[in-house]
Amino acid sequence: MASERPNQLFRNGSAKIAAIPMIVTALFVFVGGTVWTVVYSFTKSGLLPRLNWVGLDQYERLWATRKWLVAIENLVIYGFCMLVLVFVIGFVLAALLDQKIRFENTVRTIILYPYALSFVVTGLVWQWILNPEFGVESIVRGWGWESFSFDPLYNADIAIYGVLIAGLWQGSGLVMVLMLAGLRGIDQEVWKAARVDGIPTWKTYIFIVIPMMRPVFITTLVLVVTGIVKLYDLIVAQTGGGPGIATEVPAKYVYDMMFQANNLGQGFAASTMMLVTVALIVIPWAILEFGGSKNRG
Amino acid sequence: MNNSVEIKNLDLQFGAVKVLQDLNLDIGKGEFLVLLGSSGCGKSTLLNCIAGLLDVTAGQIHINGTNVTWAEPSERGIGMVFQSYALYPQMTVEGNLSFGLKNAKLPKAEIAQRIKHASEILQIEPLLKRKPAALSGGQRQRVAIGRALVRDVDVFLFDEPLSNLDAKLRADLRVEIKRLHQRLENTMIYVTHDQIEAMTLADRIAIMRGGQIMQLGTPDDIYGRPVNKYVAGFIGSPSMNFLDGTIQNGAFKAGDLTVPLAGYDFASGGAVDGPTTLGIRPEHVTTGQLVSDAPIQVDVIVELIEPTGSDKLIDCQVAGHHFRVRMEGQASVSVGQTLRLGIDPARASLFDAATEERL
Repeated sequence: MASERPNQLFRNGSAKIAAIPMIVTALFVFVGGTVWTVVYSFTKSGLLPRLNWVGLDQYERLWATRKWLVAIENLVIYGFCMLVLVFVIGFVLAALLDQKIRFENTVRTIILYPYALSFVVTGLVWQWILNPEFGVESIVRGWGWESFSFDPLYNADIAIYGVLIAGLWQGSGLVMVLMLAGLRGIDQEVWKAARVDGIPTWKTYIFIVIPMMRPVFITTLVLVVTGIVKLYDLIVAQTGGGPGIATEVPAKYVYDMMFQANNLGQGFAASTMMLVTVALIVIPWAILEFGGSKNRG
Repeated sequence: MNNSVEIKNLDLQFGAVKVLQDLNLDIGKGEFLVLLGSSGCGKSTLLNCIAGLLDVTAGQIHINGTNVTWAEPSERGIGMVFQSYALYPQMTVEGNLSFGLKNAKLPKAEIAQRIKHASEILQIEPLLKRKPAALSGGQRQRVAIGRALVRDVDVFLFDEPLSNLDAKLRADLRVEIKRLHQRLENTMIYVTHDQIEAMTLADRIAIMRGGQIMQLGTPDDIYGRPVNKYVAGFIGSPSMNFLDGTIQNGAFKAGDLTVPLAGYDFASGGAVDGPTTLGIRPEHVTTGQLVSDAPIQVDVIVELIEPTGSDKLIDCQVAGHHFRVRMEGQASVSVGQTLRLGIDPARASLFDAATEERL
């Protein structure tokens, strides 16, 4: 035979060429940008990045700043509540919608609609709804309950929960739709088998159906968690971080430092801390999830 | 009280669609009843009604003498096996078998004993610690049967349990189900669209069509004396040959073929003149040396031969109708050859051309 084995580098050549822009983007923007940020977080950069090293000074300052600590605390509260509640609400809505009800499409669309709104619109809408002057509080008082008080956005202790309400309103629809798709993927005969076995509906959900929906849960988890970590625009639109610094979050701290306070080094240090936190969560999980994949059936 | 399951005047409607209509069925203790029909005939629906997975519109269902029409599936004393196995994928085989029992708060020793018993019968002891994903189709279906077995009930319901398996496994598991029935002597109701499964397993077969039972009888009955043309055409493979003609003066005439009906066992009275369809199974047409024994003989030209190893199927024309004959696998025959066939009216079936009922 005259022909030789073709060079493996050029196999599927057009596909490889098509992938080059994305590979370049990923390398330069994501990896390059990340490395650059981490490097400059050890400098005293102000308005412009400069390579004047200060070691860990930026980090020491960061962890001594109350605004950053509040931001971390808020993210933990918001993140934990959001994660638990959005899953519970989304799953319950999906389970209710899965009962072959009438107007399912209509209900599903209505519940999903908030997700189509940007965080800015969501933030503004809920800022108005939670405003004591003309929101829920004034309406209930108008009904005659004069002492009724509901103004989370004006109480520094609970302001973050006001943001949480808006976040839940916006995010539950997506979780519901994903969960509904997962529920629809469950073989109806499994439900029948559980009924013949005499297993109550709630137990069937918890011990049989939810474990079967594991892939859907992981997809949803990734979406929800990334949404939580990059929480920024909702805060800006709804509270502006206030009252005081009560609803600051890390992403907003980073933005404020880099573009308002002209303190790039501090902003880089804060964003590096966010990266480290995410990595600490994601890497062990990824090893657990994909490391043993060969043994999985 | 000899009936295990009694179905009385059962109706089921989805909106305006009547799926089951005024259906009556008594199933004796220890009987193996097969519900047979093509898709959409209501056989699975009927089984789901018996299981309590579908609410009936009207009528009653009695199991072991108790009216269970509105009882929960788990309280009816039934075990059910599904086509897709419907195992709980996150649990081991043992977990699958024990989950329902644990939920019913049975003592641990009792659960262990039942699992041991069931896994011995089904030979799944080595698989108890495995998950369903690590099992083959046949093993999964055994586990599914085991899940019905540990419930220790009198009535087993099978919803096309072998349809997801390949042909060889299907044949193997079919034999096992039959053995299981002989050993346990439980009442079994089995839904299938496969006539071979139905014929081999059943004590009695109920052929369903359009939500009604067309014929209920032993496999021999249904094969030998089908009550109407639909049943006759449905049972048997290759299917029965039909010749359209008329009865005149006690003989069936179709084209140049005349079949005197002296040996035919009429269902009611005798021959009545009028348009009629004669049905005869390919395997009941004789060829070769046996032809001389047959009352009717006819010459045909061989158009097509389908050898299947054990048999040869011959396509030809009789009285202007497409006609198939089964010959022995070793028979020497070639296309274009003239073949003499023997037909015995005693083994044929006659159907009224208008009502399609057996005469």
